[in-house]
Amino acid sequence: MTLRDIINKLLRRQPASASTARERLQLVLAHDRSDLSTELLDQMRKEILEVVAKYVEIDMDEGAVSLETEDRMTALVANLPIKRTLNGKIKLIEHASQEQESDNSSENTEQSIKNQ
Amino acid sequence: MATDTRVILICSGKGGVGKTTLTANLGISLARQGLSTAVLDADFGLRNLDLLLGLENRIVYTAQEVLEEECRLDQALVKHKQESNLSLLPAGNPRMLDWLKPDDMKRIVEMLKEQFDYVLIDCPAGVEDGFKNAMAASQEAIIVTNPEVSAVRDADRVIGLLNTNAIKPVQLVLNRVRPKMMASQEMLSIDDVTDILALPLLGLVLEDEQVIVSTNRGEPLTLNSVNSPAAKCYLNIAKRLLGEDIPLIDPVEESSGFGAKFRRLMQTKIF
Repeated sequence: MTLRDIINKLLRRQPASASTARERLQLVLAHDRSDLSTELLDQMRKEILEVVAKYVEIDMDEGAVSLETEDRMTALVANLPIKRTLNGKIKLIEHASQEQESDNSSENTEQSIKNQ
Repeated sequence: MATDTRVILICSGKGGVGKTTLTANLGISLARQGLSTAVLDADFGLRNLDLLLGLENRIVYTAQEVLEEECRLDQALVKHKQESNLSLLPAGNPRMLDWLKPDDMKRIVEMLKEQFDYVLIDCPAGVEDGFKNAMAASQEAIIVTNPEVSAVRDADRVIGLLNTNAIKPVQLVLNRVRPKMMASQEMLSIDDVTDILALPLLGLVLEDEQVIVSTNRGEPLTLNSVNSPAAKCYLNIAKRLLGEDIPLIDPVEESSGFGAKFRRLMQTKIF
């Protein structure tokens, strides 16, 4: 955020258009580069959640799958919040193997699939 | 006879961003450096390179007649009046669309490589057949874009296609830069565009009314008025292309006076 942005915010003026242009471009390019539609992305999100939900208890409503772009590399980032027990441990689904106990400090599991 | 000819595609995706003007001015600048240069107008449907170079009345044959063996290559090449190191070759006649295939383009460029140090291919807008033909014959590319959302988006599509076809290096020319608008953050900055497209910047060209004057006359800016802002930019681009280390100017830093100081202050990143 620049000084101009802050002044604009204080005066409730529209922000300078360059930042709007940048944000709109980044979003449209992430989709152009991947050829993924929002519906496909949503379907993928559901399926990923279902697979992960077999092993750990996760918040099915909170999970988000998004496209992020940096240096012409587009990453598919899935952010899946894990529910915790009262004593802070990660809730494991009973049939999952005991080796699945993960690091307590991690709040989320992140998966990223990289493509060009 | 030239060895190690560089064949450079000049493309943009979107039309009207300044491909042909860049091709004409680079052609003149390279020729001025003593390099034998050919500019090939691959946009034969809507050809304009002849007009910008002031050679529109001197075209007799095109690459089409050369390939059909109706004439020799040197009969089709149009030598520039003042700059004898520069020659223009139109790919084809506007009335004859659809005849050209990627292999035809390769053949014609192979012929040009035998006698020129540099071959600049002025690519048609779009990402369809005309673009694919032009790309087939190229080794490296210059992407021309403007600091505008539509031009940058289209450039990104083209970069993707160039990458899949192993064209490299691909370098960026940012055209029609308005320092004042950039300073007031009402125009995408140089960094915005290079970050989004992830390409090295070969140079930027300042918005300059003289460009229109020069096209009216059919005399590229670099030919005469080397003092115009855009002409200096074109010349720097040509020098960098030849490997000279010419530092990039920051258009916002360049502007001086109280107004510029104030604009720079406003641009300061707080967090």
